[in-house]
Amino acid sequence: MIWEVFRQERKGQAFAHAGSVEAPDAEYADWYAREQFGRRGESVALWVVARENVHEIGEFVDELERNYHRVDGYPLKEKLKEARERAGTAAPADR
Amino acid sequence: MTAREQEFLEYVQGGGQVETSDWMPDDYRAKLIKFIEMHGNSELMGVLPEREWILRAPTLQRKLALTAKVQDEVGHSQLIYRVVEDLGKPRAQCLEDLISGKSKFHNVFHYPTKTWGDVGVIAWLVDAAAIISQKALLKCSYAPYARIMKKICWEESFHILHGRDVILTMMNGTDEQRELVQEALDRWWGPLMQFHGNPIPAEEDPMFIWRIKSQGNGEARQQFLDGYVPQIWELGLTVPDSNLRKNDDDVWEFSEPDWDELKHVVTGHGPKTQERLDLRRTTRDETEWVRRAVLAEAA
Repeated sequence: MIWEVFRQERKGQAFAHAGSVEAPDAEYADWYAREQFGRRGESVALWVVARENVHEIGEFVDELERNYHRVDGYPLKEKLKEARERAGTAAPADR
Repeated sequence: MTAREQEFLEYVQGGGQVETSDWMPDDYRAKLIKFIEMHGNSELMGVLPEREWILRAPTLQRKLALTAKVQDEVGHSQLIYRVVEDLGKPRAQCLEDLISGKSKFHNVFHYPTKTWGDVGVIAWLVDAAAIISQKALLKCSYAPYARIMKKICWEESFHILHGRDVILTMMNGTDEQRELVQEALDRWWGPLMQFHGNPIPAEEDPMFIWRIKSQGNGEARQQFLDGYVPQIWELGLTVPDSNLRKNDDDVWEFSEPDWDELKHVVTGHGPKTQERLDLRRTTRDETEWVRRAVLAEAA
């Protein structure tokens, strides 16, 4: 069985994928993970997950072009330029 | 090459990286397996020359350090075989091909370790040569391999530190100890110069074309010389090559490495090749009951 191992380098940091180990059951997997990714104090915690329990999603189709979810849905530059012209003001740095 | 393969080639040459589940050309997959498997084999076989010295190491501290290094290297081979396995070749098959002599391992692990001086030179200079190749894999187009190299490079740097400590301790010791280091360097210089392979231009090297590695063989050798010859010289050691010098263009000149020896050795005819493969065979048979017990307990 293959087990995916995630490693947290310091408290408060995100767990990141470290690699995988082959082990016949969860207990052996834990020990292999400890030896491979925690022997030198390089991790404060590990997550060990059977590979079949990791679901990968790799495609993100945006059929409805929902750009209101994204930064590129808000092109402020042109609008701000127009607004400043209307108000007769300059950008803050130019004042 | 199909249009899709061409597109893939341009993608990796432009710095693109590939994951296990991505589509890849068969030739790319085959090259990856061959390259990474040989790396895994080398990590596994590389512990044998050092293993011979665990019981003979001069102090308890050195015995422990050497044992830890052996554990690191075997750990690397496990991680690397995992990468190969995800590409489609099972670990058991890799081990089978290794002991049957079908697959290769690095030239430096086919030689004997005569004295404690050899152990120092291996840990310092062989690991230094290896880390130059390995750092060039941090940018490998196959991302799972590149990621695992981060951990491996980190541990290898630690091994170089250990090797340098062994060498410095001996150089600060008696004349006899200094002689042991010089003799070991004389023995290892040839294999070290062959280590990075024949100087085929990067553009003609399939491993570079697919961006499995990010530099050519000649370039790696220059880096090794640049980094380590000054460190060898500053200890009062002599490099056994009267043609070795850095020319005005900052390029190292040296005697042509013995490419026939390299080929002869890596094809299974090194002084220790058969003995070490025999040991792997015997150990695998002797530990068969452990695997059976572990798998039975888990079942």
